[in-house]
Amino acid sequence: MAGLELLSDQGYRIDGRKPDELRRIRCKLGVFTQADGSAYIEQGNTKVLAAIYGPREADQNMRNQICHDKCFLNCEYTQATFSTAERKHRSRGDRKGQDMSTHIKQTFEATIQTSLYPRSQIDIYLQVLQADGSNYCACINAASLALIDAGIAMKDYVCACSASLTKGKPVIDINHVEESSDCAELSVAILPKLDQIVYSELNGRLHANELPDVIDAVVRGCKDLFVVMDRTVREHLEETATTFTHS
Amino acid sequence: MAKAILGDSEKWFIVHGVQDDFRTDGRSCENYRHIELETGILSNTHGSARIRLGSSELLVGVKVELGTPKPQRINEGWLEFHVDCSPNAHPVFQGRGGKELSDNICSMLTRVYRNNTVMDLEALGVIPQKHCWVVHVDVLILECGGNLIDAASIAVKAALYNTGIPNISLTDGDEGEVEINLPDDPEDVKHLKTINCPVLVTLSKIGNRHIVDATDEEECCCSASLVMGVTRRGHTVGVRKMGGGSLDPESVTEMIDSGKKIGRQLHISLDKLLKIEAGMSEDIKQTGYL
Repeated sequence: MAGLELLSDQGYRIDGRKPDELRRIRCKLGVFTQADGSAYIEQGNTKVLAAIYGPREADQNMRNQICHDKCFLNCEYTQATFSTAERKHRSRGDRKGQDMSTHIKQTFEATIQTSLYPRSQIDIYLQVLQADGSNYCACINAASLALIDAGIAMKDYVCACSASLTKGKPVIDINHVEESSDCAELSVAILPKLDQIVYSELNGRLHANELPDVIDAVVRGCKDLFVVMDRTVREHLEETATTFTHS
Repeated sequence: MAKAILGDSEKWFIVHGVQDDFRTDGRSCENYRHIELETGILSNTHGSARIRLGSSELLVGVKVELGTPKPQRINEGWLEFHVDCSPNAHPVFQGRGGKELSDNICSMLTRVYRNNTVMDLEALGVIPQKHCWVVHVDVLILECGGNLIDAASIAVKAALYNTGIPNISLTDGDEGEVEINLPDDPEDVKHLKTINCPVLVTLSKIGNRHIVDATDEEECCCSASLVMGVTRRGHTVGVRKMGGGSLDPESVTEMIDSGKKIGRQLHISLDKLLKIEAGMSEDIKQTGYL
């Protein structure tokens, strides 16, 4: 986009945010009744629905993946045809979807206490309703909340955030316009309380000297996100507790 | 199709209940479950609607594009339907599992909307033979609680009501070609006339009687069902029999009459709701899934 600067001279981005500001985050647990756990998250204009089925007996066609000492994860990432600005029909099993599904599966294999559910299967399904950048991060956050809603044992919350580098300053939680520019894009998923990185992916070129700053910024972004997610979970728990005690 | 697993005694319970006009959730044979509808929730589509019918949940997004008119109808645009079953609804929809169900619903919708009286397709024409509006309607099934066809048709009508097509202006460009200019203001839209859009009503035969809006469990007990498209005036625009059982010709006429009556009532409530929502002030925030 000619003439559109990602970071203005006054330090504001295209949507008016400061470089270290997250987009408006709204989330809700327990959106569906039939899934074992479900959650919905809105990060700015990126809207993702997550549904969890499990732990349950393994499907017929996945019998070969059963492990005697832990559960196996099955993940599918789908994007609605109307999710992007240009309508695009994506068939199931296309490269990008498969790629995302594998990354998300890896992230949760490191977080869920799989040894507690031997010989079973946990399904994680993600549906992107509107894609406006940071799709992977929104998916991880939604799946994390959905797993909490399903009551599946995890080591910690998983919070994911994306970052980029513009004019020497790290900017976090990038939207679609910032993603499509030539800057490098770093996505990181962390366990906030344990301070561990469970997944990181860098696209594009970044100088080795600049990397620590960007990682710091993105970890701070994840921790800010954790505050919002934790608050949502506690509020949801209070609401559910009142229905049980006051019935 | 994601089917509920029912034992024999449960099936008999449902069948006997229906004989006495009393279903498991207390409804009569011709009552719909609680319907929640919200339009305009997706900001990057031209029109959208979200419906919750009992425990079935669907999301419809409408996007319009410029395309070339079909050779037999050079002055008209057309509607294109696409249905997707999200694995969120049931693990069996993973991969290509939901293809049969989505093809079914898609073909029903395409069939009823193909009628000339249903939608003014000439309003979608831009330049005869060269350009026209193609309306892509994408239905996303998020939760299966029975009666997806009816829910899809109600949501499609609501989404089309909400759709705004940009008001384009035509100017003469170079070499005799006409240039199409999009308006700068995103609010400068014209709405589609959905007054004649049909709604699909599924009548399922259980025992000797027929019911409307079957839940997952009731769908297991029914041997045959009739899906009909009904317009606001009670005219039928398409009928299709589904299921492995057989229907009596007399029961078919009975079911069609029932369907017309129910369809008319559904349209009245739906139109009223859409008018109220369109007139609601902009201060009221839309909640979507929150």
